[in-house]
Amino acid sequence: MPATEARASAADYLISRHRFSAWEALPWLLALAAFFAFPDRMTFGTQVLIMVLFALSLDLIMGYAGIVSLGHAAFFGIGAYTVALFAARLGWNEPISGLLAAAALAALVGLVSGWFLLRYSGLTLLMLTLATAIMLQELGNFRSDISGGYDGVPGLAFAPLFGIFDYDLYSRTFYLFTLAVLLILFFLVRRIVYSPFGQALTGIRENVRRMHAIGSPVHRRLVTVYTIAAAIAGVAGALFTQSNAYVTLTAFDFEVSAKVMIMLILGGTGRLYGAFVGAVVYMVLEDHLSRLSPAFWQFGIGLLLVLTVLFARRGLLGLLEDLGKLLRTTARR
Amino acid sequence: MTAALEVRELNHSFGALRVARDITLTLERGARRALIGPNGAGKTSLVNLITGALKPSSGQVLLNGEDITHLSQAERARRRLARTFQINQLFRGLTVLENLCLAIGERTRECDNLWRPAGANPAVIDEALNHLESLRLIDDALKPVRELPYGRQRLVEIAIALAQRPRVLLLDEPAAGVPSSESHLILDVVAGLDRDIAILIIEHDMDVVFRFAEHITVLVAGAVLTEGTPQQIMADEQVRAVYLGHENHHQPRHG
Repeated sequence: MPATEARASAADYLISRHRFSAWEALPWLLALAAFFAFPDRMTFGTQVLIMVLFALSLDLIMGYAGIVSLGHAAFFGIGAYTVALFAARLGWNEPISGLLAAAALAALVGLVSGWFLLRYSGLTLLMLTLATAIMLQELGNFRSDISGGYDGVPGLAFAPLFGIFDYDLYSRTFYLFTLAVLLILFFLVRRIVYSPFGQALTGIRENVRRMHAIGSPVHRRLVTVYTIAAAIAGVAGALFTQSNAYVTLTAFDFEVSAKVMIMLILGGTGRLYGAFVGAVVYMVLEDHLSRLSPAFWQFGIGLLLVLTVLFARRGLLGLLEDLGKLLRTTARR
Repeated sequence: MTAALEVRELNHSFGALRVARDITLTLERGARRALIGPNGAGKTSLVNLITGALKPSSGQVLLNGEDITHLSQAERARRRLARTFQINQLFRGLTVLENLCLAIGERTRECDNLWRPAGANPAVIDEALNHLESLRLIDDALKPVRELPYGRQRLVEIAIALAQRPRVLLLDEPAAGVPSSESHLILDVVAGLDRDIAILIIEHDMDVVFRFAEHITVLVAGAVLTEGTPQQIMADEQVRAVYLGHENHHQPRHG
C-alpha cells in the first residue's frame, strides 16, 4: 500500500470512529416498541431500563477504565436514599430535581471514596469497594431513625413530572421518563468513551505501567471517571425509588453489586451496548425463570453466566459481533 | 551548560540486596551513553530509579538542572524524560495508531478533554502518523499491537517514547527478544535518533555498544565500576575481567 493511502485510511479510521452507525438506533426503537407492545408490563420495563442505566455506569469504570468494583451498589443506594429521604423528611418530592440531587450526592461519595480507594487495584480494590457499600449500608442501619432501617422508607409520593403528567398513567409515563433519562446519560457516556479522556481510560485498562511512563495522571483520571459513574449509578438508584415509591436498605446489598456485574459480563464489557443486552437478558430470564421455578431460577442465570464466561469471553454482544463477522465473510465467498 | 540528566550518589536496596550504590552519572545534551554490566548488575533498576518507578533511599536525580527526585513518574515523563521497557509495555488491545495518539494526547494534555471526539484533532493524528512513517510502521497503523510480530512491537515501544518528544531517552535493551536477523532494523532506528536527545542505552551486544555509544558506563553489583570512551573501556583490565574477557583472571576491585 502506498504510504499516502495508508496514511489517509489510518486517519480516516480515527476521525470516523465515534460517528453513529444505523444499528445504534435499534435498542431505542425496541424500547419504544415495547412501550406499545406491552402496555401492561411497563412497571417491569421501567425496572429493566433502570438496570441498563446502572450497568452502563459500571461499564464506564469496569469496561473502559478496568476498575473492578464489587460495591457499585453503594452509589445506587445513595441515589435511592437521596430522593427517598428528601421526599419523606424534607417534603422535596419534585422528581427531576430529585435526580439531580441524587447524582450530586452520589458523585460526592464517589469522589471522596474514589480518591482513597483508587490508589489500589486488583483484590485489594475489590475488597475496599465491597467494604464501602457494606459500611454505607450499616450507617443506614445505625441511623434507622432517619433511614427507616431494613423496613425502609415506605409510601413515598412524588410530584407529577413537569407538574403535568398524572399518576393514573404513572407506570407508562415513568417508563418514557426513564427512557429519556437513559438516552441523555447514554449520550453523555458515549461522548466520554470516544473522547481523548476515554482513550486514556482504555490505556489505563490496557497497561497502567505504560500510562505512568507517558506522563498520564492516572489517579486523577480514575477518580474523575469513578465520580461520573457514581453520579450515573445514583440517578439509576433515584429512578428505582421513584418508580417503586419505596426503598429499603437492601438497595446497598452485595447482591445488587453482584447482579449488575453479572449483567454487564453477560452483555459484554467495554462496548456500551453490552449493558443493554446484559440487563435485558438477565431481567427477562429472571422474570420468566422465577415464575417457572420460584426456588431454582438462579440456576438458569448461573448456567448462562458459566457458558458466557467459558465460550463467549466478550459477552453476548461480542458473540453477536463474531457472528456478524462470520456471516459477512461467508457471504463474500 | 547544565547536563540533560544528572544522577548523584543514588542508593537503593531490595531488602538486603543493594541494587544501587552511590551511583553518579551524567548525560550531557545529545549524549550517546551505553550502560553495560553483567546480569543483575542493577541496570534496569537504575532506569527505574531515574524514571521514578522506584524511589531511591538517598541521592538525587536532576533533569536539566531541576531536582526531580521527589516527583512522580508521570511528572517526570511530562518533563520529557522517556523510557522504553526491556519487556514490551504496550496497549496490546489498541491499534498502533491509538498507542501513539495516547502518548501524544497525554503530552499535549489533550487527554484532559472529556467531550471532544478523540479523532477530532488532526494535529494529534498527523503527528502520530509522522512518527509511524519515520519508523516504517505506517502499514501497521490500524493493526492491534498484539497482532504484530515481536520485532515490530519493539519498534512501537520506541515510537511511543519518541511521541513523548523526549529530551532524555532511556532505552532498556531495545532489541531484546528480537531474532538477530531483525535486530538491525531496531538498532538502525536507534542509531538514527535525533541528535538533540540525550540517550542512555542498556545493551548486551558489544558490537552495538561500541558502534553506537560515545561513552560507556560499566555497572557491577549496583556500583559504577568505571566509565569512559569505548576505546578506554575496551582497554580497561577490570572491565575485561568482570565482563568482556574470559581469558583474564584478574579479580575485580569492587566489593
